[in-house]
Amino acid sequence: MAAITASREEKPEPTKQTPPPAPAVESAPKTITLRISRSNPSENSAAKFDEFQIPVQKWTTVLEAILHVKQNLDHSVAVRYSCRQASCGSCGMKINGRPRLACYTKVSELDSNVITVEPMSNFPIIRDLAVDFKQLFSTHKKMKPFIINEGSEVQPGAKEFIQTPNDLEKFLQFSYCIKCGLCNSACPTMATDKSFIGPQGLAQAYRYTADNRDEGKKGRLKIVDQSHGIWRCHFAGSCSNVCPKGVDPAMAIQLLRGYLLGFRK
Amino acid sequence: MAERVANREGIKGMANPTRYGLERVAYWLQRISGLGLLAYLIGHIYETSTILNGKIAWNNMLSLTETPGGHLVLVLVIGMCVFHTGNGIRLMISEGGKGVGKPGQPEYPYRASSLNSKQRLCIWVSIALAALAMMYGAGVLFGD
Repeated sequence: MAAITASREEKPEPTKQTPPPAPAVESAPKTITLRISRSNPSENSAAKFDEFQIPVQKWTTVLEAILHVKQNLDHSVAVRYSCRQASCGSCGMKINGRPRLACYTKVSELDSNVITVEPMSNFPIIRDLAVDFKQLFSTHKKMKPFIINEGSEVQPGAKEFIQTPNDLEKFLQFSYCIKCGLCNSACPTMATDKSFIGPQGLAQAYRYTADNRDEGKKGRLKIVDQSHGIWRCHFAGSCSNVCPKGVDPAMAIQLLRGYLLGFRK
Repeated sequence: MAERVANREGIKGMANPTRYGLERVAYWLQRISGLGLLAYLIGHIYETSTILNGKIAWNNMLSLTETPGGHLVLVLVIGMCVFHTGNGIRLMISEGGKGVGKPGQPEYPYRASSLNSKQRLCIWVSIALAALAMMYGAGVLFGD
């Protein structure tokens, strides 16, 4: 026992070496001008821009800059947001003329000291930066965004559908859609055709059509094969260009056309 | 008023080729060249129909195309025709689901497979062919 004690005394515990402190991140706050589009269609007031001087760091997002305005400068700014991590699809808006998610766009990546935020185009304005998603959601529902299969109900004795990784890859990408509406806002056809289904709806029609558990292909193809449907897409690719989740609606639309033209089964 | 509330970009937004990369530029060029060729077709039908009014009327009309302005229009028509054909073939193939890539797991930073290098190459080739055809046409029309 004593020997053990002695050996402990002889062998002092090595001192834990604390890692050297990380070098301080150099990030001098700078000030930018945030121009926010202000409009209230219910009061028939003309749209105008209010300008605010905002201190930002290199990690500040556009949403944080807008929330800084709401908290400190003008609490009446209307903006919709929720998750702040590009998952809910609520904070879509035009930032310096291009549809983006405000929570996913850092001020520093815009390379400009003046940032202009406007409501997304091709959506009715509720107020300021908040737009109405009614048409987007109703179009989404029209595409029957669910598996249509009589045998899919969970019943006693029913077996699960087995899908290979290849089966999954055919539609997985398109199931990442967060319904933010950026694709519809960038689409040149949506700019002029109010009845057009839009890239979001068409991509979702493909997502379920390509799923080998689904048996609703015929019905869905009938829905998209109409005058304001899939044939109004001219493959400008802007929808895929702005998608924040890598969904690639332009590809989905062309592949869906492949079904209608008989190139795909 | 209804359009302002609906907040649609309208023709101005549709016709804006900036903001969304080369594919949007190609879309714009395809539309512009299509409209240009349609206008040329109508003009061409009108031009050739003057032959019904006799030789003098026909020669008067023909002399219009033999001015520098008329030659410039023809050079533009050559360019529009070549670009519209080249890019149109790309679109016809792509819109059947060919050459737009395969669906897969998207990885950050997301690059859309449908806007791939083959598509871009086809667009640039269409532009280059149109430019070459215009240069050749200008050489023939404005040359000695």
